[in-house]
Amino acid sequence: MISSRRMLALLMAAVLSASAYLAHAAGEPVVIGDIDDMSGVYADVEGAGGVEAINMAVSDFGGTVLGRRISVLTADHQNKPDIGASKFREWADQQGLNLLLGGSNTGVNIAMAKVAAAKKVPFIVIGAGGASLTNEDCTAYSVHYVYDTTALANGTATAMINAGGKSWFYLTADYAFGTQLQNAAAKVVETHGGKSLGAVRVPLGAADFSSFLLQAQASGAQVLGLANAGTDFSNSLKAANEFGITRTMKPAALLAFLTDIHSLGLKTAQGLYLTTGWYWDLNDETRAFARRFFAKMNRQPTMDHAGAYSATLSWLKAVKAAGTTDADKVMAQLKKDKINDMFTHGGYVRADGAMIHDMYVMQVKTPQESKYAWDYYKLIRKMSGEEAFGPVTGLCALAPK
Amino acid sequence: MSTLFGIPVPVILGQLTLGLVNGSFYALLSLGLAVIFGLMGVVNFAHGAFYTLGAFAALLGLQYLGINYWLALLLAPLAVGALGVLVERLLLRHLYGLDPLYGLLLTFGLALIVEGSLHQVFGASGQSYPVPESLAGTLDLRFMFLPLYRAWVILASVVTCFSTWFVIERTPLGATLRAATENAPLLQAFGVNVPLLVAATYGGGVALAALAGVLASPIVLVNSHMGTELVIVVFAVVVIGGMGSILGSIVSGLVLGLVEGFTKVIYPEASNIVVFVIMALVLILRPAGLFGRE
Repeated sequence: MISSRRMLALLMAAVLSASAYLAHAAGEPVVIGDIDDMSGVYADVEGAGGVEAINMAVSDFGGTVLGRRISVLTADHQNKPDIGASKFREWADQQGLNLLLGGSNTGVNIAMAKVAAAKKVPFIVIGAGGASLTNEDCTAYSVHYVYDTTALANGTATAMINAGGKSWFYLTADYAFGTQLQNAAAKVVETHGGKSLGAVRVPLGAADFSSFLLQAQASGAQVLGLANAGTDFSNSLKAANEFGITRTMKPAALLAFLTDIHSLGLKTAQGLYLTTGWYWDLNDETRAFARRFFAKMNRQPTMDHAGAYSATLSWLKAVKAAGTTDADKVMAQLKKDKINDMFTHGGYVRADGAMIHDMYVMQVKTPQESKYAWDYYKLIRKMSGEEAFGPVTGLCALAPK
Repeated sequence: MSTLFGIPVPVILGQLTLGLVNGSFYALLSLGLAVIFGLMGVVNFAHGAFYTLGAFAALLGLQYLGINYWLALLLAPLAVGALGVLVERLLLRHLYGLDPLYGLLLTFGLALIVEGSLHQVFGASGQSYPVPESLAGTLDLRFMFLPLYRAWVILASVVTCFSTWFVIERTPLGATLRAATENAPLLQAFGVNVPLLVAATYGGGVALAALAGVLASPIVLVNSHMGTELVIVVFAVVVIGGMGSILGSIVSGLVLGLVEGFTKVIYPEASNIVVFVIMALVLILRPAGLFGRE
């Protein structure tokens, strides 16, 4: 005969397992994480606007997938690789993270890619530019979604050379992103018969750019290649104007965001060539997204904001199609599907993780050409994804040449 | 073309001129810090935040009230200085007599609050402040074209620094101020309102930071973190000059600007650490600073 104590224990076990079962049926949430620079120099490029874009995508998708609620976690990596990587690891271990969106800063994203591979969590890079993320630093779980240094160089450097800028001098941010961007641009310049006359590597967040600009001017090069981003880019272009360097050299913005142009104003930025993965005023679809975003954030979205929205949606669609959140199955689905939304049409994720989509070479309008608020770019050329991102290099083991 | 260390002389002269411009900012900012530390013993970590506030005051004054640059040069330091007086009266005053660490923590906290609030309201990417029309041209120095505005920065900074030095070291008001640091109770016994004097000192030091902020606003984008990195360099400048030494802070500010300019020609990657290397050397060889008294 079973003792009453044993009976009680059995009963409790039954109740406990039933409640655990019920909890699972009601649905553990599907968890999407976003780790980005929320408070530093890149916070306006994506930051809080990126979180808003992710939430827009989740609510457009209906708020649930596979019958489970979708929850969104966010964290500030403060541009520190160790913070980004440890937060990612924590969410993967404790929060049941299903997808991580990586915000700005190539250095931080390289660190997070390593965690994605170790924890087998899909990882979509939005704001960072370094093409190494789909080359030396590629993983089976990484996707590089919005733009990379190769595409930027192919767009802007080619446009500058076609406009007659054969000799180049680079002003380069002294970290992974800057050097990758400079190397990519130099490669394009040299394949087109141009020359790179030199470069000056400027510490990130320098207070004064004029000294470096005078060195650039002394080189006698025709083009000033700005291989930097965010506030560094804006401050260096502002100083280049002030010192009259833009009268003898043509500046090339190897990476400029809409927010940078907005900060600088058209009077300073006019005529600048730049390459972007998306622009709010391209067509009705982009304008419709921009209108909704503007209503929430009171500014027009950057390519990163649009990319964060599109990437979230693409992943959710892949989860739905695969019928599971299993990382390997979802990645396979993601690499099989074509991406068609307001961000791109016919975009696809290549074996090395690069999302191949059209890129746009733009020129910043003059104050006279700009007809309404945020009317900043005119389209010079649309590059196909294959042209922009180039062939696979073979540096990523997943995509042999 | 003649050369020095294998570098054309005009290039060196150009870099030194620009170094002087940066040095002007270091001098103005470190002067304010030195005044506050020398006369009050407070390590003012909020200095960078007050510099940022000065720039924002100029920017918002222009955007919303139509206050032009020249007026802002006067009004922004006054407004921020008044805020400084308020901070001293409401907060700092309670910490005198305690470990200086408390003042440091308080001002550091204030800096975080100010920068965080500005970030929340204005975002990270910054806004442009136009160069005033009358200073929009360039100056032909034969070896380089110097924007007139930068020349003005050097002039404004040098004049402000040396008048501040003159007031503190050579006038009866300055003598009273210095007396307050030596023996406050005795001075109070002579009928001098010492608390007011201390509040005015903090306000004055903070106003210098705000003035530097207004001077900087046409050069860099005005944003919430413009003071954060600058203030760290400026602390190094103050340590090199000798904590609390007025003349030391001015001279070392200008000289370190020149040294930094020179580094930018020879080895640009090191330009943001050269000041700290010098600081380390000074601390080893002459811990009281170049102009400090042991």
